[in-house]
Amino acid sequence: MQIKVNINGTERTADIEDRLLLVHLIREVFELTGTHIGCDTSNCGACTVLIDGSPAKSCTVFGVQADGREVTTVEGLMDGAALNPVQAAFKEEHGLQCGYCTPGMMLVGAALIEENPEPSDDDVRWAISGNICRCTGYMNIVKAIQTAAREKAAAAAAPAAEAANA
Amino acid sequence: MATETEVIRGIGHSVRRVEDDRFIRGAGNYIDDIHLPKMLYMAILRSPYAHATLNGIDASAAEALPGVVAVVTGELMAQHNLAWMPTLSNDTQAVLVTDKVRFQGQEVAAVIAEDPYIAKDALELIQVDYEPLEPIVTPQRALEPDAPVIRTDKEDQTGNHIYHWETGDKGATDKAFAEADKVVTLDTFYPRCHPAPLETCGCVADVNPATGQANIYMTSQAPHAVRTVFALVAGLPEEKIRIISPDLGGGFGNKVPVYPGYVIATAASLLIGRPVKWIEERTENLISTGFARDFHMHGELALKADGTMLGLRASLLADEGAFHADAQPSKFKVGLFHIVSGSYDLPAVHVAADGAYTNKAPGGVAYRCSFRVTEASYLIERLVQNAAYELDMDPADLRLKNFIQKEQFPYASATGFVYDSGDYEGAMKLAQEQIGYAELRAEQKAARAEGKLYGIGLASFTEVVGAGPHKDYDILGLKMNDGAELRIHPTGKAILKISVQTQGQGHETTFAQIVAEEIGIQPEDVKVMHGDTDNTPYGLGTYASRSTPVSGAATAMVTRRVREKARKLAAHLLEVSEEDIEFEAGNFSVKGAPDKVKTIQEVAFAAYTDFPDGMEAGLEANYYYDPPNLTFPFGTYAVSVEVDPDTGVWKVRRMVAVDDCGVRINPMIVEGQIHGGLTEGYGIAAMQLITFDESGNCIGSNFMDYLIPTAWETPKFELGETVTPSPHHPIGAKGVGESPTVGSPAAYVNAVIDALQPLGITNIDMPLTSAKVWAAIEAAKAATA
Repeated sequence: MQIKVNINGTERTADIEDRLLLVHLIREVFELTGTHIGCDTSNCGACTVLIDGSPAKSCTVFGVQADGREVTTVEGLMDGAALNPVQAAFKEEHGLQCGYCTPGMMLVGAALIEENPEPSDDDVRWAISGNICRCTGYMNIVKAIQTAAREKAAAAAAPAAEAANA
Repeated sequence: MATETEVIRGIGHSVRRVEDDRFIRGAGNYIDDIHLPKMLYMAILRSPYAHATLNGIDASAAEALPGVVAVVTGELMAQHNLAWMPTLSNDTQAVLVTDKVRFQGQEVAAVIAEDPYIAKDALELIQVDYEPLEPIVTPQRALEPDAPVIRTDKEDQTGNHIYHWETGDKGATDKAFAEADKVVTLDTFYPRCHPAPLETCGCVADVNPATGQANIYMTSQAPHAVRTVFALVAGLPEEKIRIISPDLGGGFGNKVPVYPGYVIATAASLLIGRPVKWIEERTENLISTGFARDFHMHGELALKADGTMLGLRASLLADEGAFHADAQPSKFKVGLFHIVSGSYDLPAVHVAADGAYTNKAPGGVAYRCSFRVTEASYLIERLVQNAAYELDMDPADLRLKNFIQKEQFPYASATGFVYDSGDYEGAMKLAQEQIGYAELRAEQKAARAEGKLYGIGLASFTEVVGAGPHKDYDILGLKMNDGAELRIHPTGKAILKISVQTQGQGHETTFAQIVAEEIGIQPEDVKVMHGDTDNTPYGLGTYASRSTPVSGAATAMVTRRVREKARKLAAHLLEVSEEDIEFEAGNFSVKGAPDKVKTIQEVAFAAYTDFPDGMEAGLEANYYYDPPNLTFPFGTYAVSVEVDPDTGVWKVRRMVAVDDCGVRINPMIVEGQIHGGLTEGYGIAAMQLITFDESGNCIGSNFMDYLIPTAWETPKFELGETVTPSPHHPIGAKGVGESPTVGSPAAYVNAVIDALQPLGITNIDMPLTSAKVWAAIEAAKAATA
């Protein structure tokens, strides 16, 4: 089937088998290998991407279901050469070790702080409860997402403050 | 440019990790990210039976499927003498079945195809004629005289018994028990669990038929050892084997062994002449690769009426699965279990262990621990708590009374270890203070009066890591010594090559910090290379918390070796004798004339541009480190829980972890390691279980059944630290990655048992699911009704 997907802001077309999973479309056809596979049963969240801005586990979505949708992967988090606040905060707060769950965690974090600019510890823990990390024990991931929320809010406030002072 | 001296970010600095830059961009390079031209894909057909005779395989329909290149069977492997391979315990393991299957999930055939989906389609077209046999799923049944023999392939094997092993002084221990006022016993089963790194295992085998060069990309924690094993197994020349371990998505022991999939993919690449990729599905990972524990333990502790410990006995039965494949030093059949006397001054200890074959997956790996130290720590820490109840003492006081004292180090244990250093009382006191132990006990008393089940659990573990000294430690004869190579470039930047393999521990950052500490080059100017056997020195890899104790020591020593040459160069540049040169933080200066100074960068440049006659050019060295002793990290963990008497649900109210791992290279990373290990310990205590039904079907074969803690269940941790350096390690470090997994399961379980103790409950085997806890409460109520 012929599909058209907006992936990380770029329109891509592909002719794919109906049964091809979205995660394989992303990894094998579009060659974006930042999206990982951890469990095949949608329990671990390593394959999490955003479909039209909402987190989805791409191992249990068919590629054809992404036809006409916007898909964001970890490669789409950057703003040009600048890190997304979530990416910067994961490094700063030591929110990753082996790095395998990290793309999924960061995408869930980015989606959360879009909706909830000041997430509590429990808000973050609930949001990432579909994503397994085997290394960190989650504490620093929670911290990283909260730090990112604060940084994002500060960055949004800064130009406004400059404008007000002008 | 700032002119003031920049602080060298060596040991003790929470340097942010260099490896994060690629991971946060999704630019890591994990095994499944490797794509080679003309690459084929492999899928493995696995046995649905736990024990069955293989009568035949008909692969004709699979071979006829368009896109299928080959179907590999045991018969084909046998033609190349590759149907069997050695295990890490010097047993043999089937690569592909030729005679009978011995566990559910065993490798029966493999399809090589142009596309991974086609490879999996073809698996369904393979017809296998099995004749089921009685499955043996417990070691107790395995050792009964009428049990069918699992290893009929081994001529000398008449039953399912593998080994009997004893250590300690039996006579002295018997005497201690004869003199005891109190003997406390505990029978407990440490169930089978699985490390389940988030990335499964896999490889890309690329054998060039023209040259015989075999490049094998592999999820391996121990690439050098794997290369040697491959050379021995396949008869391939070792110089033509290059094992490349790329970024690993966790390991925790699961990525130590050599698995059949690696061997089949390599053989297929050799026979077909194209690269072959094999990536496990999660179910394959859980049902066929290195599990942990499955250990039946009986412990007895002999005490005087005042609580003085006199002796300890342990008898053990290990369920090894179908092939004895424990990853452990050859000399010790149940790993380093004989650390079982733990933190206590126990004069007499005796351990007896037996191992048995069963129809279960092989590969007893040390899941985030140093060869069965977790089991040992669990047994003693559970026994001590029960002993405290029987003596009507507080469990903390009983521990404090029996701890090895600070001034007793180095301490020779009854089973032959020499503990390097420790301050057990210090760690305990700090944990008690941090959690508010006395207040919690008072609160517990009040809560009990209201019918609430509050519990406080302690565990004061002593680990033994960093194997090891060449006299006693080897795997398959390979001594457990590791190399390091350091080269300083003309511009003063450096490359460090190490034998150990990071799986998330942050070696690329911390090992650069060791170099920084020793020679004054900032860590960001030191590139750390690992995971490529053609380009790194030999060594046995990362497991058993041995990276810092062994390879970290090699790194410090090689840097000192380079520094000695740098000192000669500095003397030449400053026109003084070598003895007149002082070194500090990257500066070589003249004694008494501190303004006469050359930086390491200037010295490095001179090593290639201005060196004296008679000196070799360059600034580099290598070093193989043979540890003089193991290291002994320790700590006390304190947990408070509340158990719901109506549902058996238990929640951690607080968890305080005081760790002493000696000198901390990067405190941020150390704390991250502890968080992770405490979480895995919680998972093991609360939910992670691989079990089998009576037919040998694996229960726990996916993440819906094999439960892993999420952020929602995982407790929040409060950390504390004491620092007791290792006296024999060059930088005083001991290793930390496994302490929390070793120490914490007993702490969680002790807390739950402590809550239930008023009901007369003294043991529940892990995992402490709410169903099990509820059943124990109901049974206790029924017994007293």
